Amino acid sequence: MTFVPKPAARHPLLKTNEIGLTRRDYEAIVSTLCAGCGHDSVSAAVIQACHELSIPPHQFAKVSGIGCSSKTPSYFLGNAHGFNSVHGRMPSIATGAYLANKELKYIGISGDGDSASIGLGQFAHIIRRKVDMCYIVDNNGTYGLTKGQFSATNDRGSTSKRGVPNLYAPIDLVSLAIQLGASFVARSFSGDKQQLIPLIKAAVLHKGFAFIDVISPCVMFNNHEGSTKSYSHVRNHTEPVVDANLIMPRDEIAVEYEEGTTISVPMHDGSELHLRKLSDSYEPNDRVSALTYVQKAQEEGEIVTGLLFLEEDAVDCHDILGTTDTPFNGLAQESLCPGAEKLEQINDSLR
Amino acid sequence: MQPTDIHNPNYFHKVVDCQWACPAHTPVPEYIRLIAQERYTEAYMINWESNVFPGILGRTCDRPCEPACRRVRTEEKPVAICRLKRVAADHKGDITPYLPKVPQKKNGKRIALLGAGPASLAVARDLLPLGYSVDMFDRDPGGGGMMRSQIPAFRLPKDVLEEEVDLIVNMGVNTHYNYEITSMKEMLDMDYDAYFVGTGAPRGRDLDIPGRKEVSKHISIGIDWLSSVAFGHTTSISGKVIVMGGGNTAMDCCRTSNRLGAESVTVVVRSAFDVMKASDWEKEDAMAEGIPILNNRPPKEFVHDNGKLKGVVFGRVKPVEVDGRLKYVPTGEPDVYIEANHILMAIGQENHCPWIERDLGIEFDKWDCPVIDEDSLQSTHEKIYFGGDSAFGPENIIWASAHAHKAAISIHLFCQGKDPKHDRPPEAVNLISQKMGLHEWSYDAEHDPSQRHIVPHADLKRSLDNIKVEVELGFDEDLGFKEAQRCLNCDVQTVFTEKLCIECDACVDICPMDCITFTPNAPEAELRTALTAPAETLEQDLYVSETLPTNRVMVKDEDLCLHCGLCAERCPTNAWDMQKSIIHIPQLSSYAE
Repeated sequence: MTFVPKPAARHPLLKTNEIGLTRRDYEAIVSTLCAGCGHDSVSAAVIQACHELSIPPHQFAKVSGIGCSSKTPSYFLGNAHGFNSVHGRMPSIATGAYLANKELKYIGISGDGDSASIGLGQFAHIIRRKVDMCYIVDNNGTYGLTKGQFSATNDRGSTSKRGVPNLYAPIDLVSLAIQLGASFVARSFSGDKQQLIPLIKAAVLHKGFAFIDVISPCVMFNNHEGSTKSYSHVRNHTEPVVDANLIMPRDEIAVEYEEGTTISVPMHDGSELHLRKLSDSYEPNDRVSALTYVQKAQEEGEIVTGLLFLEEDAVDCHDILGTTDTPFNGLAQESLCPGAEKLEQINDSLR
Repeated sequence: MQPTDIHNPNYFHKVVDCQWACPAHTPVPEYIRLIAQERYTEAYMINWESNVFPGILGRTCDRPCEPACRRVRTEEKPVAICRLKRVAADHKGDITPYLPKVPQKKNGKRIALLGAGPASLAVARDLLPLGYSVDMFDRDPGGGGMMRSQIPAFRLPKDVLEEEVDLIVNMGVNTHYNYEITSMKEMLDMDYDAYFVGTGAPRGRDLDIPGRKEVSKHISIGIDWLSSVAFGHTTSISGKVIVMGGGNTAMDCCRTSNRLGAESVTVVVRSAFDVMKASDWEKEDAMAEGIPILNNRPPKEFVHDNGKLKGVVFGRVKPVEVDGRLKYVPTGEPDVYIEANHILMAIGQENHCPWIERDLGIEFDKWDCPVIDEDSLQSTHEKIYFGGDSAFGPENIIWASAHAHKAAISIHLFCQGKDPKHDRPPEAVNLISQKMGLHEWSYDAEHDPSQRHIVPHADLKRSLDNIKVEVELGFDEDLGFKEAQRCLNCDVQTVFTEKLCIECDACVDICPMDCITFTPNAPEAELRTALTAPAETLEQDLYVSETLPTNRVMVKDEDLCLHCGLCAERCPTNAWDMQKSIIHIPQLSSYAE
């Protein structure tokens, strides 16, 4: 908890984005999480990413469930829409909201408990339904709010603060997401904003379900020696395989890549996503090969990071259902509720 | 870059911009916090120890601290440091229990102070508690020097002046007032153990243009005229008055004329308005009293009728920047004639010691100024020390206090048979954590966004009618508290301990001013551009840590830090701590038991 409010004063040379806002305009109240929590870094990355995208804060909707992770939408995009739902049920809320209004950018924040335990079923189905959103899991492998029990993503053999090893194998949300048909799957680390911010930007712009598993250490209960989700363990065991870099239309491309290592993917808003392969044998466009790579590395205790899988030209649930592009709030009364006569016609057509 | 050595006293001293800028290095944030706690007496004593004349300086200081104040950079207007000093002086209680004890038994060393101005008084204050016998000589009938003779009562009331002057005199100074010093040799013959020359810069500059000689009875030198007003010899001025010059003396002359019955007063300045020597607030106060200031008008000729002054002809120039320097070139417009019956000349002053014989071993440079060592203030004669305006030319009172502390140490070292230059005590810094508990700091960390508060003034008519009415009323306790809250507590430092850092980024994310960055090390110029927000104020240091486990360093740009403590609040391992830096500037009192 911090009781000193963050001063409104800001650096006079702070950059403004295309719509004249500074990063500070994307902030919200000061975090009440423990000092040093990885989740706060994720919030800071979301703030920076949304600022760099030059999308006004009120065009975002933040959705979350229950847990330390799910508190964080209070700490970014103070002027965005938001819904803090019940435990593990954020996907239902997000699906409903997205069906009602596809014009907002949806950012879901969940945790390993919220998505891998109580909400695992919901997690599977929102992927299957292809809701167009950026779904972030702040993954710390522990139940911080209830004083540090192992969560479902905690690695077997990783120890608790008191040295007791975990007996169960972990659920790997990245593998699940690839397998269940997510069109954008990434993994990153809260302590590596250089990697995380471009991933969030790309995930927000990606059309289809974008999933980012962010290893986000719990400084209170899971940052000790013996933990596989501590700052030092993650730093020493990550293997970045694909670098993602989002090039906005106004950006000049300064970096030249070696031929054959870069894949350029046009995004719907005119920007381009550059994927740079850091490992020769990695194929980010091939679902089966990506899944194999990720799982093999996991067996060896390595944490593969970067944009791990990307399906170009993905479809989303509005495409599948053929629903209207206009948000409900933009539809007139007679379109939303055409009346008893129309209902009668529909029923008749089905008889 | 090399890791920053925070144990170098200058490093954190520089971060306390106001204290660093103050010639006497007054610990400003420390006394401002005491004012906020209504502990005015302690706040006064902190000032008294550093700058000796808090009540006087709280009204008259040139305030080098204020343009240096960090708030100028984070918003625009500095904390009203000078006026807060006055708050401490106005509201203080009994200070006698805090005053240094002067021993009855003298140490056998006799020191002569020439001049009874601020420099000599401050030297006396430093020497007396160590048992020195101090004799002070001055031509005026009382102590205070230019503070008495040149600063008008509407800026510095007599009782304020006398309180602080008498405080020192009553510590046991043997005063020799109405004593015109005519020969240094004579003084040396009195065989004191050491001499301190604090005779100021008593000669006002004159101007040699056509008509000067003929109209001499209508021309007064500004500082002499102010002095004659101060001692009651001059009580009125009549007709149209022109004040020539753009410094604080010119402002005092015009405002004094306005009060002594001048029909009209005009200030005419050779240079442009922005580069005038007068402090901004002095110019503002003069203009608020309806006095016009005409700039870019060099005087050409005094026009007279058989020695009776009629007016002055001024040329017209404009400032042009040539190779980064201002030059004044004629505009080609016709000259201006301004009617005048009296001229007050305030175009500068000089230190001038015709009474020092040039064969005593005191060397003078080509500008006829004594050659003085900057650290010890010793002249080329080992027994003779200079300070105040007589050392390096006209400066503000605060410089006199600063010189006096140095000179007192030198005199003491000399009387002990030590070397005044090389045996000086070192500066030091203490760092003390301000953490009181979880989320509790011993200082008010919260940033106060309020704007600078304006000092109330006395009613204009009332103050113009009576030269003794002080124009500025000073902050009351309430306004003083509010202004004190604007202080950023720059002496409460952000101290970083590498080995505790887990590089979680919490400090980077929370810092409202984007001061902190973790980045690969690089040369300074490169680092300055690689930070979260560019560090463009080159005079402000970068605080660089040792290399961290990820091969990066922590770099903090000290420039815009609000000292809000949020980095320390959000640090899970106490790698950041808020520690008060106490800068020890050597003073003679540190030798006293």
